[in-house]
Amino acid sequence: MVKNKKTSKKSSLKKKAKKATTSKSNYKVVGGAKLKDKEIKTSREKMIGQHIGYRYDVNLIPDYKKITPFLKKYVDIMGWDDLNWLEDIHMGFEGDNPAVFDRNANAWITLPKKMKLPKDQQDRDMLARELLIKFQMSPDHPLVQLKRTYAKGENFKLVE
Amino acid sequence: MAGLEKKKTAFDDENLSGRSQKLFFDITEEENFTYYGNHDVDFNKRIEIDCENLNGNQLNQKIRDAIRNGYGTVAIKNPGAKHALGVGILNKLNLIFEGSLGYFGVGCIDGPTVRINGRVGWSCAENMMSGKVVVENNAGSCFGAALRGGDLIVKGNAGARTGIDMKGGTILIGGNAGAYTGFMMQRGRIIVCGDVSANMGDSMYDGIIFVGGDPKSLGTDCVEGEMNEHEVRWLEQKFKNAEIQPKVPASKFKKYVAGRMLWNYDNLEPAEKKGILG
Repeated sequence: MVKNKKTSKKSSLKKKAKKATTSKSNYKVVGGAKLKDKEIKTSREKMIGQHIGYRYDVNLIPDYKKITPFLKKYVDIMGWDDLNWLEDIHMGFEGDNPAVFDRNANAWITLPKKMKLPKDQQDRDMLARELLIKFQMSPDHPLVQLKRTYAKGENFKLVE
Repeated sequence: MAGLEKKKTAFDDENLSGRSQKLFFDITEEENFTYYGNHDVDFNKRIEIDCENLNGNQLNQKIRDAIRNGYGTVAIKNPGAKHALGVGILNKLNLIFEGSLGYFGVGCIDGPTVRINGRVGWSCAENMMSGKVVVENNAGSCFGAALRGGDLIVKGNAGARTGIDMKGGTILIGGNAGAYTGFMMQRGRIIVCGDVSANMGDSMYDGIIFVGGDPKSLGTDCVEGEMNEHEVRWLEQKFKNAEIQPKVPASKFKKYVAGRMLWNYDNLEPAEKKGILG
Protein backbone atom coordinates (compact mmCIF):
# COMPACT_ATOMS: atom_id res chain seq x y z
CA MET A 1 0.00 0.00 0.00
CA VAL A 2 2.80 2.39 0.98
CA LYS A 3 4.60 1.64 -2.28
CA ASN A 4 1.44 2.38 -4.25
CA LYS A 5 1.08 5.76 -2.56
CA LYS A 6 4.66 6.60 -3.42
CA THR A 7 4.22 5.66 -7.07
CA SER A 8 1.00 7.66 -7.36
CA LYS A 9 2.76 10.65 -5.80
CA LYS A 10 5.59 10.28 -8.29
CA SER A 11 3.23 10.08 -11.24
CA SER A 12 1.33 13.18 -10.07
CA LEU A 13 4.63 15.07 -9.73
CA LYS A 14 5.60 14.00 -13.23
CA LYS A 15 2.24 15.22 -14.53
CA LYS A 16 2.76 18.57 -12.79
CA ALA A 17 6.23 18.91 -14.28
CA LYS A 18 4.81 18.13 -17.70
CA LYS A 19 2.13 20.78 -17.24
CA ALA A 20 4.82 23.34 -16.36
CA THR A 21 6.84 22.71 -19.47
CA THR A 22 4.13 22.13 -22.08
CA SER A 23 0.85 23.93 -22.27
CA LYS A 24 -2.25 23.23 -24.37
CA SER A 25 -0.94 25.37 -27.20
CA ASN A 26 2.13 23.14 -27.48
CA TYR A 27 4.59 25.67 -26.05
CA LYS A 28 7.83 24.64 -24.45
CA VAL A 29 9.42 26.80 -21.75
CA VAL A 30 13.13 27.28 -22.39
CA GLY A 31 15.09 29.65 -20.20
CA GLY A 32 11.94 31.44 -19.14
CA ALA A 33 10.76 32.01 -22.71
CA LYS A 34 7.86 30.20 -24.32
CA LEU A 35 8.90 28.52 -27.51
CA LYS A 36 6.92 26.43 -29.91
CA ASP A 37 8.21 22.88 -30.21
CA LYS A 38 8.37 23.24 -33.93
CA GLU A 39 11.02 25.94 -33.51
CA ILE A 40 13.48 23.26 -32.46
CA LYS A 41 14.35 22.16 -35.95
CA THR A 42 17.95 21.38 -36.60
CA SER A 43 19.83 18.34 -35.37
CA ARG A 44 22.11 20.66 -33.45
CA GLU A 45 19.13 22.18 -31.62
CA LYS A 46 17.78 18.71 -30.88
CA MET A 47 21.17 17.70 -29.49
CA ILE A 48 21.40 20.60 -27.05
CA GLY A 49 17.64 20.54 -26.40
CA GLN A 50 17.02 24.20 -26.94
CA HIS A 51 16.31 26.67 -29.67
CA ILE A 52 19.28 28.56 -31.08
CA GLY A 53 18.67 32.16 -31.94
CA TYR A 54 17.16 35.44 -30.98
CA ARG A 55 13.72 34.40 -32.33
CA TYR A 56 14.40 36.71 -35.25
CA ASP A 57 17.10 36.77 -37.90
CA VAL A 58 19.87 39.11 -36.77
CA ASN A 59 21.49 38.81 -40.18
CA LEU A 60 18.42 40.02 -42.08
CA ILE A 61 19.49 42.89 -44.30
CA PRO A 62 16.96 45.74 -44.60
CA ASP A 63 14.81 46.06 -47.67
CA TYR A 64 15.14 49.70 -48.70
CA LYS A 65 11.93 49.53 -50.72
CA LYS A 66 10.09 49.44 -47.40
CA ILE A 67 11.72 52.46 -45.80
CA THR A 68 9.18 54.82 -44.24
CA PRO A 69 9.01 58.64 -44.73
CA PHE A 70 9.96 59.13 -41.07
CA LEU A 71 13.16 57.10 -41.47
CA LYS A 72 13.96 58.84 -44.77
CA LYS A 73 13.76 62.17 -42.98
CA TYR A 74 16.05 60.89 -40.20
CA VAL A 75 18.67 59.69 -42.70
CA ASP A 76 18.57 63.06 -44.54
CA ILE A 77 18.96 65.05 -41.35
CA MET A 78 21.96 62.99 -40.24
CA GLY A 79 23.58 63.33 -43.68
CA TRP A 80 23.92 59.57 -44.33
CA ASP A 81 23.23 57.55 -47.49
CA ASP A 82 21.38 54.69 -45.82
CA LEU A 83 19.92 53.50 -42.54
CA ASN A 84 23.41 53.30 -41.00
CA TRP A 85 23.22 51.91 -37.44
CA LEU A 86 19.52 51.17 -37.86
CA GLU A 87 20.41 48.31 -40.21
CA ASP A 88 21.01 46.24 -37.08
CA ILE A 89 17.67 47.01 -35.49
CA HIS A 90 15.01 44.31 -35.68
CA MET A 91 11.67 43.64 -34.11
CA GLY A 92 12.18 40.88 -31.59
CA PHE A 93 10.33 39.49 -28.60
CA GLU A 94 10.62 39.77 -24.89
CA GLY A 95 8.74 36.77 -23.60
CA ASP A 96 5.58 36.80 -25.69
CA ASN A 97 5.56 40.54 -26.33
CA PRO A 98 6.93 42.08 -29.50
CA ALA A 99 9.75 44.40 -28.50
CA VAL A 100 12.79 46.26 -29.78
CA PHE A 101 16.10 46.29 -27.94
CA ASP A 102 17.51 49.68 -26.96
CA ARG A 103 21.29 49.35 -26.67
CA ASN A 104 21.55 52.74 -24.90
CA ALA A 105 19.18 51.79 -22.10
CA ASN A 106 20.18 48.09 -22.26
CA ALA A 107 16.54 47.08 -22.19
CA TRP A 108 13.70 45.86 -24.34
CA ILE A 109 11.02 48.35 -25.28
CA THR A 110 7.77 46.48 -25.60
CA LEU A 111 5.12 47.51 -28.08
CA PRO A 112 1.75 48.71 -26.86
CA LYS A 113 -0.58 45.69 -26.75
CA LYS A 114 -3.15 47.32 -29.01
CA MET A 115 -0.66 47.82 -31.82
CA LYS A 116 -1.12 45.38 -34.70
CA LEU A 117 2.05 44.01 -36.18
CA PRO A 118 2.50 43.69 -39.94
CA LYS A 119 3.11 40.15 -41.16
CA ASP A 120 6.33 40.77 -43.03
CA GLN A 121 9.50 40.90 -40.90
CA GLN A 122 10.93 43.71 -43.06
CA ASP A 123 7.87 45.87 -42.30
CA ARG A 124 8.13 44.96 -38.63
CA ASP A 125 11.80 45.99 -38.60
CA MET A 126 10.99 49.40 -40.08
CA LEU A 127 8.37 49.86 -37.36
CA ALA A 128 10.94 48.87 -34.73
CA ARG A 129 13.41 51.42 -36.12
CA GLU A 130 10.84 54.21 -35.95
CA LEU A 131 9.90 53.25 -32.43
CA LEU A 132 13.52 53.19 -31.30
CA ILE A 133 14.29 56.61 -32.80
CA LYS A 134 11.23 58.06 -31.05
CA PHE A 135 12.29 56.47 -27.78
CA GLN A 136 15.99 57.35 -27.91
CA MET A 137 15.50 60.95 -29.02
CA SER A 138 12.77 61.71 -26.51
CA PRO A 139 13.52 64.14 -23.66
CA ASP A 140 12.05 61.49 -21.38
CA HIS A 141 14.61 58.80 -22.29
CA PRO A 142 16.12 57.32 -19.10
CA LEU A 143 19.64 58.38 -20.13
CA VAL A 144 18.53 62.02 -20.26
CA GLN A 145 17.30 61.69 -16.71
CA LEU A 146 20.59 60.11 -15.68
CA LYS A 147 22.59 62.85 -17.39
CA ARG A 148 20.45 65.54 -15.80
CA THR A 149 21.06 64.08 -12.36
CA TYR A 150 24.65 62.90 -12.49
CA ALA A 151 26.64 64.37 -15.44
CA LYS A 152 29.70 66.37 -14.46
CA GLY A 153 32.03 68.55 -16.49
CA GLU A 154 31.40 71.10 -19.22
CA ASN A 155 31.67 68.56 -22.08
CA PHE A 156 29.01 66.20 -20.80
CA LYS A 157 26.58 68.66 -19.27
CA LEU A 158 23.07 68.44 -20.67
CA VAL A 159 22.13 71.37 -22.91
CA GLU A 160 18.53 72.35 -22.23
CA MET B 1 21.72 62.91 3.55
CA ALA B 2 22.34 66.53 4.42
CA GLY B 3 22.00 68.95 1.54
CA LEU B 4 21.01 66.30 -0.96
CA GLU B 5 17.54 66.51 -2.36
CA LYS B 6 16.17 63.57 -4.26
CA LYS B 7 15.23 64.66 -7.75
CA LYS B 8 12.06 63.33 -9.32
CA THR B 9 13.04 61.28 -12.32
CA ALA B 10 11.36 58.94 -14.74
CA PHE B 11 12.58 56.06 -12.59
CA ASP B 12 10.34 57.05 -9.68
CA ASP B 13 7.16 55.64 -11.15
CA GLU B 14 8.85 53.04 -13.28
CA ASN B 15 7.37 49.58 -13.20
CA LEU B 16 10.12 47.30 -14.35
CA SER B 17 9.22 43.80 -15.32
CA GLY B 18 12.18 41.63 -16.19
CA ARG B 19 14.27 43.66 -18.60
CA SER B 20 11.35 45.64 -20.04
CA GLN B 21 11.24 49.39 -20.03
CA LYS B 22 7.97 51.20 -19.96
CA LEU B 23 7.30 53.60 -22.80
CA PHE B 24 8.48 56.99 -21.62
CA PHE B 25 7.57 59.02 -24.64
CA ASP B 26 4.24 60.25 -25.81
CA ILE B 27 3.55 58.98 -29.33
CA THR B 28 2.15 62.39 -30.27
CA GLU B 29 5.16 64.39 -29.05
CA GLU B 30 7.21 66.50 -31.45
CA GLU B 31 9.52 64.59 -33.81
CA ASN B 32 13.12 64.67 -32.61
CA PHE B 33 15.85 63.29 -34.82
CA THR B 34 18.87 63.88 -32.62
CA TYR B 35 19.54 62.99 -29.00
CA TYR B 36 17.94 65.40 -26.56
CA GLY B 37 20.53 67.93 -25.43
CA ASN B 38 22.77 67.56 -28.49
CA HIS B 39 23.96 70.72 -30.21
CA ASP B 40 22.22 71.85 -33.36
CA VAL B 41 24.91 72.30 -36.02
CA ASP B 42 24.82 73.66 -39.55
CA PHE B 43 26.75 71.62 -42.16
CA ASN B 44 27.32 74.83 -44.19
CA LYS B 45 29.15 76.50 -41.30
CA ARG B 46 32.81 75.46 -41.65
CA ILE B 47 35.89 75.90 -39.48
CA GLU B 48 39.52 74.82 -39.95
CA ILE B 49 41.73 73.76 -37.05
CA ASP B 50 45.51 73.37 -37.35
CA CYS B 51 46.66 70.42 -35.28
CA GLU B 52 50.42 70.99 -35.65
CA ASN B 53 50.96 72.37 -32.14
CA LEU B 54 48.09 70.56 -30.45
CA ASN B 55 48.00 67.21 -28.70
CA GLY B 56 45.04 64.80 -28.86
CA ASN B 57 43.22 66.21 -25.85
CA GLN B 58 43.54 69.79 -27.00
CA LEU B 59 42.31 69.00 -30.51
CA ASN B 60 39.32 67.01 -29.24
CA GLN B 61 38.39 69.92 -26.99
CA LYS B 62 38.61 72.33 -29.92
CA ILE B 63 36.30 70.07 -31.97
CA ARG B 64 33.78 70.04 -29.11
CA ASP B 65 33.98 73.82 -28.83
CA ALA B 66 33.30 74.12 -32.56
CA ILE B 67 30.23 71.88 -32.22
CA ARG B 68 29.05 73.99 -29.28
CA ASN B 69 29.33 77.08 -31.50
CA GLY B 70 27.16 75.50 -34.21
CA TYR B 71 29.86 74.53 -36.74
CA GLY B 72 28.69 71.53 -38.75
CA THR B 73 31.85 71.05 -40.82
CA VAL B 74 35.26 70.87 -39.13
CA ALA B 75 38.46 70.39 -41.15
CA ILE B 76 41.62 69.35 -39.33
CA LYS B 77 44.93 70.37 -40.90
CA ASN B 78 48.22 68.58 -40.11
CA PRO B 79 46.94 65.76 -37.91
CA GLY B 80 50.46 64.29 -38.16
CA ALA B 81 49.41 60.70 -37.32
CA LYS B 82 48.88 61.68 -33.68
CA HIS B 83 47.01 59.21 -31.49
CA ALA B 84 43.41 59.37 -30.25
CA LEU B 85 42.27 62.22 -32.47
CA GLY B 86 38.56 62.93 -32.89
CA VAL B 87 37.39 60.54 -30.17
CA GLY B 88 34.14 60.72 -28.23
CA ILE B 89 32.12 62.85 -30.64
CA LEU B 90 28.46 62.23 -29.85
CA ASN B 91 26.93 64.78 -32.19
CA LYS B 92 26.13 64.92 -35.88
CA LEU B 93 29.09 66.54 -37.63
CA ASN B 94 31.09 66.58 -40.84
CA LEU B 95 34.69 65.96 -39.77
CA ILE B 96 37.54 66.01 -42.28
CA PHE B 97 41.14 65.06 -41.50
CA GLU B 98 43.65 66.37 -44.04
CA GLY B 99 46.25 63.71 -43.27
CA SER B 100 46.78 60.46 -41.39
CA LEU B 101 45.74 59.36 -37.91
CA GLY B 102 47.71 57.33 -35.37
CA TYR B 103 46.29 54.75 -32.96
CA PHE B 104 42.69 54.81 -31.72
CA GLY B 105 41.52 57.52 -34.12
CA VAL B 106 37.84 58.54 -34.07
CA GLY B 107 36.97 55.98 -31.37
CA CYS B 108 33.70 55.91 -29.41
CA ILE B 109 31.82 58.17 -31.82
CA ASP B 110 28.06 58.37 -32.18
CA GLY B 111 26.75 60.24 -35.21
CA PRO B 112 29.46 62.08 -37.16
CA THR B 113 30.50 61.56 -40.78
CA VAL B 114 34.30 61.43 -40.89
CA ARG B 115 36.58 61.52 -43.93
CA ILE B 116 40.28 60.77 -43.43
CA ASN B 117 42.46 61.76 -46.37
CA GLY B 118 45.30 59.50 -45.37
CA ARG B 119 45.80 56.24 -43.49
CA VAL B 120 44.92 55.16 -39.97
CA GLY B 121 46.77 53.21 -37.26
CA TRP B 122 45.54 50.52 -34.90
CA SER B 123 41.94 50.35 -33.70
CA CYS B 124 40.43 53.08 -35.81
CA ALA B 125 36.75 53.75 -34.98
CA GLU B 126 36.83 51.37 -32.04
CA ASN B 127 33.42 51.09 -30.33
CA MET B 128 31.74 53.32 -32.90
CA MET B 129 27.99 53.52 -32.27
CA SER B 130 26.72 55.24 -35.40
CA GLY B 131 27.93 57.44 -38.23
CA LYS B 132 30.19 56.96 -41.19
CA VAL B 133 34.00 56.86 -41.40
CA VAL B 134 35.78 56.83 -44.75
CA VAL B 135 39.55 56.17 -44.89
CA GLU B 136 41.07 57.01 -48.26
CA ASN B 137 44.22 54.91 -47.79
CA ASN B 138 45.12 51.82 -45.71
CA ALA B 139 44.14 50.89 -42.14
CA GLY B 140 46.16 49.17 -39.38
CA SER B 141 45.23 46.23 -37.17
CA CYS B 142 41.97 45.93 -35.25
CA PHE B 143 40.17 48.23 -37.67
CA GLY B 144 36.64 48.71 -36.28
CA ALA B 145 37.27 46.72 -33.11
CA ALA B 146 34.06 46.18 -31.11
CA LEU B 147 32.10 48.18 -33.67
CA ARG B 148 28.47 48.54 -32.64
CA GLY B 149 26.90 50.35 -35.55
CA GLY B 150 27.45 52.61 -38.54
CA ASP B 151 29.52 52.31 -41.70
CA LEU B 152 33.29 52.00 -41.65
CA ILE B 153 34.95 52.19 -45.05
CA VAL B 154 38.61 51.82 -46.02
CA LYS B 155 39.48 52.17 -49.68
CA GLY B 156 42.86 50.41 -49.35
CA ASN B 157 43.86 47.37 -47.30
CA ALA B 158 43.12 46.64 -43.64
CA GLY B 159 45.38 44.86 -41.14
CA ALA B 160 44.88 41.82 -38.93
CA ARG B 161 41.87 41.27 -36.66
CA THR B 162 39.66 43.67 -38.59
CA GLY B 163 36.22 43.79 -36.98
CA ILE B 164 37.34 41.86 -33.92
CA ASP B 165 34.45 41.42 -31.48
CA MET B 166 32.13 43.59 -33.57
CA LYS B 167 28.53 43.73 -32.44
CA GLY B 168 26.91 45.49 -35.36
CA GLY B 169 27.53 47.87 -38.23
CA THR B 170 29.22 47.39 -41.58
CA ILE B 171 32.94 47.36 -42.41
CA LEU B 172 33.74 47.75 -46.10
CA ILE B 173 37.31 47.10 -47.27
CA GLY B 174 38.21 48.04 -50.83
CA GLY B 175 41.43 45.98 -50.84
CA ASN B 176 42.63 42.97 -48.85
CA ALA B 177 42.19 42.16 -45.16
CA GLY B 178 44.63 40.57 -42.70
CA ALA B 179 44.52 37.41 -40.60
CA TYR B 180 41.71 36.77 -38.14
CA THR B 181 39.34 39.17 -39.90
CA GLY B 182 35.97 38.97 -38.12
CA PHE B 183 37.51 37.27 -35.09
CA MET B 184 34.80 36.64 -32.46
CA MET B 185 32.32 38.82 -34.32
CA GLN B 186 28.85 38.64 -32.85
CA ARG B 187 26.82 40.64 -35.31
CA GLY B 188 27.18 42.99 -38.25
CA ARG B 189 28.65 42.67 -41.69
CA ILE B 190 32.20 42.74 -43.10
CA ILE B 191 32.70 43.18 -46.84
CA VAL B 192 36.17 42.52 -48.27
CA CYS B 193 36.57 43.21 -51.98
CA GLY B 194 39.97 41.51 -52.19
CA ASP B 195 41.51 38.50 -50.45
CA VAL B 196 41.57 37.67 -46.75
CA SER B 197 44.49 36.15 -44.86
CA ALA B 198 44.38 33.08 -42.58
CA ASN B 199 41.68 32.15 -40.07
CA MET B 200 38.92 34.38 -41.35
CA GLY B 201 35.88 34.54 -39.03
CA ASP B 202 37.53 32.53 -36.28
CA SER B 203 35.13 31.87 -33.38
CA MET B 204 32.44 34.02 -34.90
CA TYR B 205 29.07 33.77 -33.18
CA ASP B 206 26.95 35.51 -35.78
CA GLY B 207 27.12 38.11 -38.52
CA ILE B 208 28.13 37.88 -42.18
CA ILE B 209 31.44 38.21 -44.01
CA PHE B 210 31.25 38.87 -47.76
CA VAL B 211 34.45 38.23 -49.71
CA GLY B 212 35.16 39.17 -53.32
CA GLY B 213 38.50 37.31 -53.52
CA ASP B 214 39.54 34.23 -51.56
CA PRO B 215 40.11 33.66 -47.87
CA LYS B 216 43.41 31.85 -47.21
CA SER B 217 41.71 29.69 -44.59
CA LEU B 218 38.56 29.73 -42.49
CA GLY B 219 38.72 29.91 -38.70
CA THR B 220 36.84 27.71 -36.25
CA ASP B 221 33.06 27.76 -36.81
CA CYS B 222 33.15 29.89 -39.97
CA VAL B 223 31.27 28.27 -42.85
CA GLU B 224 30.20 29.29 -46.34
CA GLY B 225 26.60 30.45 -46.66
CA GLU B 226 24.26 31.08 -49.58
CA MET B 227 23.84 34.55 -51.02
CA ASN B 228 20.40 35.74 -51.99
CA GLU B 229 19.36 38.41 -54.49
CA HIS B 230 18.39 40.80 -51.76
CA GLU B 231 21.91 40.70 -50.34
CA VAL B 232 23.42 41.24 -53.79
CA ARG B 233 21.31 44.39 -54.23
CA TRP B 234 22.34 45.59 -50.79
CA LEU B 235 26.04 45.02 -51.61
CA GLU B 236 25.72 46.96 -54.88
CA GLN B 237 24.13 49.85 -53.01
CA LYS B 238 26.94 49.85 -50.43
CA PHE B 239 29.61 49.95 -53.17
CA LYS B 240 27.82 52.81 -54.88
CA ASN B 241 27.53 54.81 -51.65
CA ALA B 242 31.19 54.21 -50.77
CA GLU B 243 32.38 54.95 -54.33
CA ILE B 244 34.23 51.62 -54.46
CA GLN B 245 34.37 49.45 -57.57
CA PRO B 246 35.34 45.87 -56.71
CA LYS B 247 37.13 43.68 -59.25
CA VAL B 248 34.29 41.15 -59.26
CA PRO B 249 30.56 42.00 -59.41
CA ALA B 250 28.51 41.79 -56.22
CA SER B 251 26.80 38.61 -57.44
CA LYS B 252 30.17 36.79 -57.49
CA PHE B 253 30.96 37.61 -53.86
CA LYS B 254 31.04 34.70 -51.40
CA LYS B 255 29.18 34.79 -48.14
CA TYR B 256 30.49 33.34 -44.87
CA VAL B 257 28.48 32.90 -41.68
CA ALA B 258 28.82 31.23 -38.29
CA GLY B 259 28.34 27.46 -38.21
CA ARG B 260 26.89 27.93 -34.73
CA MET B 261 28.73 24.93 -33.36
CA LEU B 262 30.25 27.08 -30.63
CA TRP B 263 26.84 28.16 -29.38
CA ASN B 264 26.05 26.63 -25.99
CA TYR B 265 29.65 25.48 -25.86
CA ASP B 266 29.47 24.79 -22.12
CA ASN B 267 26.70 22.21 -22.67
CA LEU B 268 28.87 20.07 -24.93
CA GLU B 269 30.67 16.86 -24.02
CA PRO B 270 34.50 17.02 -24.09
CA ALA B 271 34.56 14.83 -27.22
CA GLU B 272 32.21 17.23 -29.02
CA LYS B 273 34.36 20.21 -28.02
CA LYS B 274 37.40 18.46 -29.47
CA GLY B 275 35.50 17.80 -32.69
CA ILE B 276 34.62 21.46 -33.15
CA LEU B 277 38.07 22.80 -32.40
CA GLY B 278 39.65 20.25 -34.73
